[in-house]
Parts: sequence; C-alpha cells; structure tokens
Amino acid sequence: MTPLVSIEDLRVAFNGVPVLRGVDIALQKGEAVGLVGESGSGKSVTWLAALGLLPRHAQVSGSVRLDGRPILGAPAAELDQVRGGRIAMIFQDPASALNPVLTIRRQLCEALALHRDLQGNAVKAEARRLLDLVGIPDAGRRLEAYPHEFSGGQVQRIMIAMALAGNPDLLIADEPTTALDATIQAQILELLSTVRRELGMAMVLISHDLGVVAENCDRVAVMYAGRIVEQAPSNQLFADPVHPYAQGLIGALPPLDGPRRRLTAIPGTVPDPAHMPGGCAFAPRCALVADACGLAAPTLAPIADDRSVACVRAEVSRRALLGIAAE
Amino acid sequence: MSPPLVEVSAISRTYAMRSGMFGRAAAVHAVDGVSLTIAKGQTLGLVGESGSGKSTTGRIVLGLEPPDSGEVRFDGKPMAAPGTTAWRAQRARMQMIFQDPLGALDRRLPVATQIREPLDIHGLGTPAARDERVRELLRAVELTPAHGARYPGALSGGQRQRIVLARALATKPDFLVCDEPVSALDVSIQAQVVNLLCDLQAQLSLTLLFISHDLRVVRQISNVVAVMYLGRIVEIGSADDLFARPEHPYTQALVSASPAPGRRSAGRILLSGDPPNPAARPTGCAFHPRCPRAIARCAREVPALSAVGGDRQVACHLVTGAATRDAA
Ligand SMILES: Nc1ncnc2c1ncn2[C@@H]1O[C@H](COP(=O)(O)OP(=O)(O)O)[C@@H](O)[C@H]1O
Ligand SMILES: Nc1ncnc2c1ncn2[C@@H]1O[C@H](COP(=O)(O)OP(=O)(O)O)[C@@H](O)[C@H]1O
Ligand code: SF4
Ligand code: SF4
Ligand SMILES: [Mg+2]
Ligand SMILES: [Mg+2]
Repeated sequence: MTPLVSIEDLRVAFNGVPVLRGVDIALQKGEAVGLVGESGSGKSVTWLAALGLLPRHAQVSGSVRLDGRPILGAPAAELDQVRGGRIAMIFQDPASALNPVLTIRRQLCEALALHRDLQGNAVKAEARRLLDLVGIPDAGRRLEAYPHEFSGGQVQRIMIAMALAGNPDLLIADEPTTALDATIQAQILELLSTVRRELGMAMVLISHDLGVVAENCDRVAVMYAGRIVEQAPSNQLFADPVHPYAQGLIGALPPLDGPRRRLTAIPGTVPDPAHMPGGCAFAPRCALVADACGLAAPTLAPIADDRSVACVRAEVSRRALLGIAAE
Repeated sequence: MSPPLVEVSAISRTYAMRSGMFGRAAAVHAVDGVSLTIAKGQTLGLVGESGSGKSTTGRIVLGLEPPDSGEVRFDGKPMAAPGTTAWRAQRARMQMIFQDPLGALDRRLPVATQIREPLDIHGLGTPAARDERVRELLRAVELTPAHGARYPGALSGGQRQRIVLARALATKPDFLVCDEPVSALDVSIQAQVVNLLCDLQAQLSLTLLFISHDLRVVRQISNVVAVMYLGRIVEIGSADDLFARPEHPYTQALVSASPAPGRRSAGRILLSGDPPNPAARPTGCAFHPRCPRAIARCAREVPALSAVGGDRQVACHLVTGAATRDAA
C-alpha cells in the first residue's frame, strides 16, 4: 500500500551545519505516529522541512512524498494546496499563530475560503460547526470574540478548529499541550483522538513527553541528533526498547506508582551539531559502546515486523535489557 | 519524626491585579490560609496547576516577601524583619533555586566566580579556603574546575542548573526552596539533576520545599506532598500513598491526567471547563464548577482541610474518611 506520507533520507543543514542527518519515516492513512526525543534532536525541523516551511538559508535534500507524489521542492502553488489542505500543522504556542486583531470568525472563514469550496452563509455555518466540534461552548456567539478573550486551552482548541478547516488527511501536532496545565492537556489530547477517529485523519504527535506519545499513538519514532534511532509500535517500544538511547529515556522517567527506584540518568549531554562525533552520535553517552560504533553511523534496520533500530549492537542491547528484566 | 525545621501557619497573600481596558483592580488571593510543616531532613513537594500559588508560597516561606497574615517559623523562631542582622543570618541558612538557571546567572562572569560570590558576601573563610570550597562544590554537583572557568552561555541547561545548585549550597544552608528546578530540562538531563538532588539531600541532611507541576518528579523526591488549588491546600499526605490513593476529586483528576506509558487513556477522569480565573474565585469549594462530584453545599461552604485517617488531610465535603479509611 502506498503510504500517505513517506520521508526518505531527509537532510537539513543550516549554514553548512547538518541538523537532520538522513531521516526516514512513513505514515499510513489514519495512523497516529509519535515523535519523541530531546530538544534540538530535529523533531520540528523534520516536518517544517517536509512542508517547505524552513527559512531560505536552510539546505534541504532527500525525498518527501504525499500519496507517492514528491512534494519536496514542489512549486509554491502546489505546496500552498498541501499546507493547511491535505496536511495541517499546530504548534506549542497557539497564541502566536492567531492574529490578535481579527475575530475568530474572520480567521476561521479565511482558512475555509482558502481550502474549501464554500460560499456565503455556508462558510459561516461551517466555521460555527468547527468551533462546536472542538468543544467551545456557545460557539455561535464566541465566533465574534478575539483571541485574547479565550483561555490557553481554548486557544489551542481554536487552533485545532483552524487546522481542521481544510479537511486534512494528516495533522502534525508539534508539542500541542506543552504549554498547558495537566488537566487541560488531558482534555486537548482527548479532543485530538476523538476528531482523529471521527475524521479518519492521520496524526504526527511531536512531544518530549513519552507518556503523552505512548498513550495517544499507534507507533513511536525516537529521534536523536538528527536521526531516527528506533521505531516500533508504542506498546512494544515501552515494554522492550532496544536502542540504548530509547532505553535511557524510559529509565529516566520517574514512575508514578509502585516502588521508587533510582532513575537511570543518561550521562553527558546531546552533542553539538557543529561537532558531531564520527560514527554513532550516541556513542559518547552509551554504556554499550564498542569499537564498531565509531566506524560509521548505524542505519535504521528492521529487527522485527514493524520495528527498526539504528544500533550496531542492537542484539547485545536487547539481551542486556532482558538480563536486567530477569534479575 | 524529627522536629520541624519550617512551620508555616495560615499564611495569606493577596495581590491587586488590574484587568481589562478600564483597569478596575481585582483582588487575587494568591495564597489563602496555607499551613505546612517540614520536618528536618525531609522534602515537602508542592504540586498544582499554574496560578495555584506555589511560587508565592515559596517566596513567603523564604522570607522574600511577607505574608499579609499568618506566620512562618524557621527552626523554632519567627522570621526576622527583612534587612536586619538576624534576618541575614537566617537567610544564609536558606536558599532558592528557580526554573531558569540562565536567568539566575550573570552571563558576563565565569561560573566559578558566581559560586564563590555568597562566600565573599558573607565573608566566609580565607580566600584560599574559598577557592577550595568552590572546587569542592563543583565536585559535589559532578562538574570539574574546567566547567567552573566557563561562562553560563558555554554550558548546557543541565550544567547551568548544577552551577545554580552549587552556588545555593555554598553557605551550607539547611533549607532549600526549589521552584520548578528541572521543568526546563529534557527528561534524561532531568533525571541527572533529580538524582543529584536526592544524593545531596541525603549527604547534607538538607530540608527541601520542592515545587513542581510534574507529579512524577515530585513523587520521586518528596516524603510528603501537598496539592494546591487556587491558593489553598486541598490535600496533603505521604507521597507514595497520596499518588496511589488520591482522595480529593481534584487530586484524583490530576493523577489521572498524568500520561503513563503502557496505559491507554480509557477510564481517565476528564474535567470539564477551564481552571477559573484566580481573580474571580468561585464561592464555597473553589473547585466546584469543575468537580464531577459537586453537591449543592459545595457552592456555599468552603470545605476545611481536615484529617481523614493516617497522615492524610483533605479539604472536601464528601471525603470524611470514616467510610474509606481507618483512623490511625
Ligand atoms: N531556523 C533555524 N536556523 C538555524 N538552526 C535551526 C533553525 N531551526 C532549528 N535549528 C536547529 O536545528 C536543530 C533541530 O531543531 P528542532 O527540530 O527545532 O529540534 P526539536 O524540535 O527536536 O526540539 C537544533 O539544533 C536547532 O538549533
Ligand atoms: N507579584 C504579583 N503581583 C500580582 N499578582 C501576582 C504576583 N505574583 C503572583 N501573582 C498572582 O498570584 C497567583 C498565584 O501565582 P503563583 O504563586 O506564581 O502561582 P504558581 O507558582 O502556582 O503558578 C496568580 O494568579 C498570579 O497571577
Ligand atoms: S551503535 Fe554503539 S554507541 Fe551507538 S547506540 Fe548502539 S551500542 Fe551505543
Ligand atoms: S467540596 Fe464539593 S466541589 Fe469541592 S472537591 Fe469536594 S465534592 Fe468537589
Ligand atoms: Mg520542536
Ligand atoms: Mg510558579
């Protein structure tokens, strides 16, 4: 089956400094994929590059296909149809994406006019339906309000309504709840899964929070230093991570119940993109590092159905983990 | 249990906040009748959503700002009046760590100089002894003298937070208030700093007030946890037990909202509505407009924080403990 979106060997450099170093990821129709990894690992840049949203000084190469058709470097007119139409994006800071001096109605209607063939009253009716759909009470009247008249959680709901205006097949949600309080985050995530199910929309959920991704996605990709280092169905990744970085991330998360244990912190810090180590970028922090790791950057290779890992010692790492689990 | 180092009795703090175009001043009850005690060598975790009054509580406990009413006692004595000698002596025994280490450091000075600063200010030890103490502090936070020679801009976020911690420890304080100290850090780095804090606390018998909105981090580090909602403590109890068996409907929603690998969101308690504006606090139980269990009485009467058995205290009309817990 042709994937909805497939990204192959996507590379991005800023002023000659590579920050994406060959990203491969594919999404099927209707699928929810999570993208996790430390800040600066390239989660946002991956999708900004795919949609042609990076500033001019970014050098981008590789392939991005939508329904098999290449969109990387496509003409502006074609990209304008993709962005906000087939693929919509929402961000962590929704307030900055809304115009403070226009009513919500104006902004929703503009988005609708751009991507949908609707006229006159139908536009306004659709705007109201969308606001209703994302759970803004009293939608008819609230359409006439300005962004500052809404709370942070409501503004994020409005952003979701704007994203849905183009009837997208894919929603890229980049840290959509990071700025929100826990109980509001839970509401927004619930809203995202409901609309996704109802509309059969695929979603990429970018988050630094493993729990958020685990609960809301079918599949998870873990990024480190500009590459995907492990990809697996959510439940398998959390039960049995193979890449030492993925293992480290999960071990670093304090448990919310059960006995307390000392956290397994990953030593050191993320490498500076301008001084990337040769070979595996995780080597300076990796407990399993061996000579082979310094030779060449390991490529993402399948280890089971629907699972792949970029680690030359994937087998050893897996055994080490099983050994720990058996203790 | 050891005697309390910090005793907070019924502190309140109200700010006048101008809102809207016409600038009518509204009263924000940032902290309203909060009482806490922290035993020597223990950690009290303070959780709650933004605006619930956690930072204000922290600042009052440290004596950085006075409460409008109520009292803070430190090591059995009331806080001295700001600016006095007694106040300075007390203040040297307590330190604060904030979320943003870059904001807390001077970008123009090498970090070792900044760790040394409190020693210079308080005139502690000879110059040579101070240099040695700086090296010792760097070691304590698992950094090297080479790190000390750098400027804040040349360190990572986690390393900067270690520097802030080293500086806070310079005067050998007994008490630290940590306000969201790891919230800006990535999870792998967060784990390093959390482990370090736990180790240092054990080695130095520190007493901590640990403020965070992150339940996982708070549980990891705290003995006792207090949950705040709109300026009041709604539940308090020992950390593991509180998260395993939350009693207050708000704590239950908060724990249930915390995403966990291996758990799907089915069965989650979803609150309706937004957190209310602190300047327009609902009557009665401030949580009642969002509470799935609210009854008529909740809108009228403020529930008092009362013991429900064990070491747990809950402020809810429906949780009396008799049915669910044995009075210990
Ligand atoms: N416009 C830009 N110019 C220069 N560097 C950038 C730009 N955008 C991102 N970067 C760099 O690219 C890397 C990846 O960034 P990003 O994708 O935003 O990380 P993440 O979303 O995983 O936190 C980082 O090192 C970041 O500093
Ligand atoms: N200096 C101040 N002046 C006016 N209002 C303040 C001030 N400090 C805090 N507040 C208000 O008091 C309430 C509690 O704030 P804070 O203690 O910072 O909460 P938290 O740390 O839990 O987010 C908020 O509504 C905040 O806007
Ligand atoms: S390739 Fe080597 S250094 Fe990299 S993660 Fe695997 S074991 Fe560690
Ligand atoms: S007092 Fe009433 S409104 Fe408040 S938490 Fe209890 S049941 Fe809910
Ligand atoms: Mg990002
Ligand atoms: Mg605060």
